Amino acid sequence: MTSAGEGRRGVTVAVLSTVVFFTLLAVAITHAPGWPEVRRTFFNWDEFKASMPEISRAFLLNVKIFMIAEAFILVLALALAVVRSLPGPVFFPMRALGIAYADFFRGVPTILVIALLGFGAPALQLSWVPLSTTFWGIVALILVYTAYVSEVYRAGIESVHPSQDAAARSLGLTHWQSLRKVVLPQAVRRVIPPLLNDFIGLQKDTALVGFLGSVEAFKQSQIDAAATFNYTPFVAAAVLFVALTIPLARFTDWLVLRDRRRRQATGT
Amino acid sequence: MRRAAAILLVLLLSILATGCGGSSNKASDTTATAAAASCDKGSLNLVNAGQLTVGTDNPAFPPWFGGAEKAPWKVSNPYSGQGYESAVTYAVAGKLGFAKGDVKWIVVPFNTSFAPGPKKFDFDINQISATTARAKVVDFSESYYDVNQALVVVKGTPIASATSVAALKPYKFGAQLGTTSYDYIVKNIKPSKKPGVFDTNDAAVAALKNKQIDGLVVDLPTAFYVTAVQVPRGKILGQFPTVGTPEHFGMAFEKGNSLVSCVNDALTTLRTDGTLASLQAKWLQADAPVLK
Repeated sequence: MTSAGEGRRGVTVAVLSTVVFFTLLAVAITHAPGWPEVRRTFFNWDEFKASMPEISRAFLLNVKIFMIAEAFILVLALALAVVRSLPGPVFFPMRALGIAYADFFRGVPTILVIALLGFGAPALQLSWVPLSTTFWGIVALILVYTAYVSEVYRAGIESVHPSQDAAARSLGLTHWQSLRKVVLPQAVRRVIPPLLNDFIGLQKDTALVGFLGSVEAFKQSQIDAAATFNYTPFVAAAVLFVALTIPLARFTDWLVLRDRRRRQATGT
Repeated sequence: MRRAAAILLVLLLSILATGCGGSSNKASDTTATAAAASCDKGSLNLVNAGQLTVGTDNPAFPPWFGGAEKAPWKVSNPYSGQGYESAVTYAVAGKLGFAKGDVKWIVVPFNTSFAPGPKKFDFDINQISATTARAKVVDFSESYYDVNQALVVVKGTPIASATSVAALKPYKFGAQLGTTSYDYIVKNIKPSKKPGVFDTNDAAVAALKNKQIDGLVVDLPTAFYVTAVQVPRGKILGQFPTVGTPEHFGMAFEKGNSLVSCVNDALTTLRTDGTLASLQAKWLQADAPVLK
C-alpha cells in the first residue's frame, strides 16, 4: 500500500490535479464576460498603490483597538467563566447573571451593540461619559467578545476531569487553590487554539467600529472607493487584515505544537 | 478516483462554457447601444422599454425629495414630483417624452450605484458630485445643481462663535461617507482632529447631537433640512467658499450609455428656459453667509 512507487505516483497526481484545477479556474474567471471590468474596478494596481498608504495609516487604529480590547477580554472572560463554574446554591444568582450576560451578548449582532453603545451612551449627555466613538467601539467589542471567550474558557474548565479537583481537595487545597493551581492551568492550555481563533475574529471585527465614524482601515477604504468609484481600496484593506491574521494563525499552530511536545516530554 | 477527476473537469469546463456564452451576449448589447443616437422616445436606450427607471437612495431626504412618506421610501416619496431632484427628474422625463406614469423609481443605495456590471436604472439621481475620478467609472449628466458645502453646528457650543475657516482648525468635524464634504474638510479646513465619517445621514446627525463631533459638513440645501428638522438646536454657521473647480451634482449613468446626451439636451433646454432656476427657487434654500 505505502510503497515508494505509490507515494511518488500520489505526489504526481496531486501536482497535476492542482495545476489543472487552478488553471481551469483562472481561465474560467478571466474569460467571464465581466472580467475586464472586475479587474479594472477591483484589482486596479494604480488605485491599490494610491490608496494603500492612507489605509495602512488607518489600519493602525484597528491594531490599537484590537490590542486594548484583547487585554481586557482575556481577564474579564476568565473571571466570567470562573463565576459560572462556582459550585453550590449560594452562588446561584451570580451564575444566573453570568448565563444571562453570555446569552445576551452572544445573541445580539456586534454591529448593533456598537451602534447602541456608541450613539446611545453619549446621548445621555452625562459629563463623565466619554464621547469618543473609538472608546465606545472598544467597550462594545470587549462586551461581546468577553461573552464568546468566557464560553471557551468554560469549555476548558469543564474538560478537566472532576477527579483532578477531587484529588486536589483531598490533599487539603481549598476550592480556590484547586481552581488556580490545578484546574485552570490545564484548562487554559487546552483552549489556546479556540482562544486565538476568537482573537482572529476580533481583529476582523475592529472594522465594525468604523460604523461610529472612526476612520479605521475599512472606513478609509470606503472613503477612497466612494471618491473614485473603484473598489480596489477594499482589496487593499483585505490584504492588510490577512497580513495581520496569518502570523497569528501560524503562531497558534506553533504554540499548540510546542505544548504537545512539552507534555510528551514530561510524560503526562 | 478517476471518475472524481472526470467530474471535476466537466464541472470546470461547464463553468468556462457559460462564461464564454455570456461574453457574446454582452458584445451584441454594446453594438445596439452605440447605434441608438436619436432622442426619440422609441429609440432611447432604456433598461425597461417604454419606461424611465430612476434610482435613488432610501431614505429620500428633503429638500431633494418631498411628499408624504410612501413605502418602500422613508421620509418622503420620489413619485411625488416634490423636492428638487424629484421635480428635475420629472421635468427631464417630460422633455424626453415620458408621461408621469412612465417614470419608475427604484431604491439604489449610494454604495451600489457605481458597482461594476449592468445597471438596473437608466440613471441615478442622489446628490452625487460629478468628479473626474468618478467619471472614469460612470458617465455623468451635466450639472443639474451647482453646490456649495456648508457647516452645521449646535447653538451655544464653542464652534458656534467662529467666523472664519481658519478659526475652525481645532474642532472635530463629521461628514457623510461618499460625499465630497469629507474632501472639503481634509483639503480645505485641515482640522487638527481626525474627522469622523458616517455611513448614513442619521448617524452623522446623531453624532452632532451627541456632541461627538463639533460640526457637520454637508451640502447647503441639506444643511437647511438638518437644522430645520433633524437637529433642534442646529444652526448653519455658514457656507464654505468654493476652492478650485466649482462642485456640481450630476445624474449617474452606466458608462457608455447613449442616454446621457439625450438627458443633457433636456437639461440644457430646462436651464435656458429658466425651469431649473425656478425649481431651485421653489425647493432649495441657498442663502447663507459665506465663511471667509
